Amino acid sequence: MWKDLVLEAKSLACERGGRTIFRELNFAVKSGEAVELRGPNGAGKSSLLRLIAGLNRAAEGALTLGGATHEIAELSHYIGHQEAIKPALSVRENLDFWSHFMGGNTQNALVPFKLERLADDEAALLSEGQRRRLALSRLIAVKRPIWLLDEPTVGLDVTALDDLRKVMQSHLNSGGLIIAATHATLGLAKISTLAIGTTH
Amino acid sequence: MGQSLKALLAREVLLARKQGGGLGAALSFLLAVIVLVPLAVGPDLALLSRLAAGLMWLALLLAVLLTADRMFQQDLDDGSLDLLTMGALPFELITLTKAIAHWLMVSLPLALIAPPLALMMNLDVASLPVLWLSMITGSLALSLLASIGGAITAGLRRGGLLVSILILPLYVPVLIFGVSATTLMMGPQTATPSLLILLAITLLSLVVAPLASAAALRTYLR
Repeated sequence: MWKDLVLEAKSLACERGGRTIFRELNFAVKSGEAVELRGPNGAGKSSLLRLIAGLNRAAEGALTLGGATHEIAELSHYIGHQEAIKPALSVRENLDFWSHFMGGNTQNALVPFKLERLADDEAALLSEGQRRRLALSRLIAVKRPIWLLDEPTVGLDVTALDDLRKVMQSHLNSGGLIIAATHATLGLAKISTLAIGTTH
Repeated sequence: MGQSLKALLAREVLLARKQGGGLGAALSFLLAVIVLVPLAVGPDLALLSRLAAGLMWLALLLAVLLTADRMFQQDLDDGSLDLLTMGALPFELITLTKAIAHWLMVSLPLALIAPPLALMMNLDVASLPVLWLSMITGSLALSLLASIGGAITAGLRRGGLLVSILILPLYVPVLIFGVSATTLMMGPQTATPSLLILLAITLLSLVVAPLASAAALRTYLR
């Protein structure tokens, strides 16, 4: 579905509150590749993901996306710690909104994470893991090549973890990119590791 | 682009309906004014009649202010704002859409209800249409200006006080020309000039408020 996309970072540096979190970070991710970010707490994994999503600004360096005409943020999914779920709306309404807003299609988007049965329940009733699954359903509802996942496995049970693995693998097979910050093992066929924050 | 904004507007309206928005609180504030003012100033009909339009404007203004600090807070807290900024849409259009949703669900209903309520304070029936006209026009400006305050205080707990201090000065012109439109009806002049100035203020806030709130929210995100 996507081909020849290359996300490249050149001597990237990130500052938060006047303190340098990381610098001279170089990496390249191609279509069909997954990268897991490893590093201790506070090493800047989340900051890097937000930086790629355009939510933070790089102190130095540049991010480029080869093979596409759009901005990186417009082609990216960002699943952060906050799930962007409104408790007053139902599961379906929550997903429908993001899907319409981002120009996607909610047909069958609740199926991969087994949320169909909960579709009409208020999101306030969802458990931690179910909220995560609802947030992850955005990945399916709206097709975007770059997935930026911040601790996607938190709160997921064994079956949901397996579902996530399948969804991620099929995304990679269709030429997508995944960058995930995680402490768990994702178990994907082709995955490289990027360690950050180990220099200091 | 249009589809995204339509989706956002639809969600805001749905949310306001489902979680009660601020309309309930604002409406009871309005009712409290109607009930308490005659007790406070006495049952002098002539006096109440002169005060009615001004007091209704004041109540409308404060009621809208009451709901301002919640405008962007939830979206910032639950991460929705992050996702809203990631699209190709200019952020200003998003703040504008949210302000318009606030107008539709809070300010406009109040502006429609307030004039008939003023009749209970012996407002001259003849000035009802003008009060309606000025309140409907002015309420859009109130929502837009409230969005600036809501954006500035989105990341603060208990930002309500700060919103009042920041936004009240901006509400003064709306109040002055909104009230003068109705009081002039009693004199020889017509209400048109005041209404036109009120319209101008509303149009000006339509341009400035989305820019200002977008700029304020960006400081929280970056």
